[in-house]
Amino acid sequence: MEYEAVIGLEVHVQLNTKSKIFCSCSTEFGAPPNTHVCPVCLGMPGSLPVLNKRAVEYAVKAALALNCRINLKSVFARKNYFYPDLPKGYQISQYDMPLAEDGYIEIETEEGSKRIRIKRVHMEEDAGKNIHGEGDDPFSYVDLNRAGVPLIEIVSEPDISSPEEARLYLQKLRTIMRYIGVSNADMEKGELRCDANVSIRPKGSDRLGTKTELKNMNSFRHVQRALEYEIERQISVVEEGGQVEQETRLWNPHLGITETMRKKEEEHDYRYFPEPDLVPLVLTEEFVEKMRSELPELPDEKKKRFMEQYGLSAYDSEVLCSSRELADYYEEAVSAYKNPKAIANWVMVELLGRLNKENKDITQSPVKPEQVAKLVELIDKGTISGKIGKQVFDIMYKEGGDPEAIVKERGLVQITDASEIEKFVDEVIAECPEEVQKYLKGKTKVIGYLVGQVMKKTKGKANPQLVNELLREKLEKMRE
Amino acid sequence: MAISREEVLYIARLARLEFDEEKVEEFTHQLGRVLDYINKLKELDVSNVEPTYHVLDMVSVMREDEVKESLSQEEALSNAPDPKDGFFRVPKIIETS
Repeated sequence: MEYEAVIGLEVHVQLNTKSKIFCSCSTEFGAPPNTHVCPVCLGMPGSLPVLNKRAVEYAVKAALALNCRINLKSVFARKNYFYPDLPKGYQISQYDMPLAEDGYIEIETEEGSKRIRIKRVHMEEDAGKNIHGEGDDPFSYVDLNRAGVPLIEIVSEPDISSPEEARLYLQKLRTIMRYIGVSNADMEKGELRCDANVSIRPKGSDRLGTKTELKNMNSFRHVQRALEYEIERQISVVEEGGQVEQETRLWNPHLGITETMRKKEEEHDYRYFPEPDLVPLVLTEEFVEKMRSELPELPDEKKKRFMEQYGLSAYDSEVLCSSRELADYYEEAVSAYKNPKAIANWVMVELLGRLNKENKDITQSPVKPEQVAKLVELIDKGTISGKIGKQVFDIMYKEGGDPEAIVKERGLVQITDASEIEKFVDEVIAECPEEVQKYLKGKTKVIGYLVGQVMKKTKGKANPQLVNELLREKLEKMRE
Repeated sequence: MAISREEVLYIARLARLEFDEEKVEEFTHQLGRVLDYINKLKELDVSNVEPTYHVLDMVSVMREDEVKESLSQEEALSNAPDPKDGFFRVPKIIETS
């Protein structure tokens, strides 16, 4: 039987405010343990939380960018459970009246655009960090610097049907958060964290199977691999006549498998109730509209504009709009020389290819946008061939410099003088009698080989079209 | 009406509390009476009443995003029974396989 996966993701995004959500302690990362703490985030009796205005602004912007409806009234609630990284014995979150609901984002899959619905976006505080003693050290060590850092939780509907889609969804979330500047959303740094609910069902069925919850995936690749493994695991359980058990499983990145969380099965009875220490959050339409007006052009809008304005494909536009910096880089290049398609190719293939290999991003590019533009212009004008262009690009990337200067200094200008090329054509005809015979006998495709030989002799500098014409002319004459 | 022994034990477990048998018995009655009292409210029709989320007639109390001085590490850990190297040290919480 063929199966399909049903996946929903719960994503936590750290908002990059200066201070915590309910107190004035710094959110700065990497301080010595327990130095960014105060009576509020330590859960001392008698202390009272006060909401950070910037955190609300960021959360509203994020929710708007995810196409959500903002609830003008939302309420904080206590989620009660015991864990050492949670000093109060409860986490301040939102429950039945979240900040925002009913949004969506679009992802670009191989089969085209797909809309993933977002159920809700709510605000909450982060917990502290536990470091577990290694080996037979029977202790855990608690650092509460992170306790109280503002988070938004973004809950998707179970609209995701493959590990690949899950990765695309997360990458899109990251792109959006970065565009609007509310979070750096770096998974490796824990600024974006993801839990997944996954189940399987016979393809085409509308019934939901029993789901498992996956945790401990801290990169896009791990999310994808964990889901791939878990889906396969559930399929084999069912195929062997068994039943998938509802449970929480941890991704083990070293073994590449998911494992039952061997923690004592805890009651998931959080006994939510409205947080009496915080009054309801009531926003005005004006405030929401002000936040909306402050949003930059969002990735999907930019992508649509790139497709219309520059005639690029959906895929190319998606790639170029994957970060604001990359999109700006591209547009700067296009404004210097108007060949949007060729520039898109050079940026995506030659530049991003090299940058990705070195794990760098566009802001670290040694090649400037106007240099890419100039290179494309040199090719379009016929000053150099496309092949030589790649050589020039390589030099620009490794050693720096303007393409024009590189072409001049290294004598890479294309030979367009027919009489000069003719010399090489004659040489090749003399040196390759076999191929010439083949051509004359009707195997005209062999001309490709002969063109190649001429290009070799000219170190790629001859204009290939001209070479082709000259060769054909001469060979046809020989036939007569 | 009294609630069951199991319910009392469940609530106690959620709150990490332990009681001897006598107390458990006592709570089945006490908590039962509390619930009876709350149940009285159900006699009212509140379908058109907005829930009271807070008793204060205030909304949206917020502060600016400004960093102020935190406690020192020493102060932060001064109530901790077993601090170590700047951390709160606790019995190991999680068993990974």
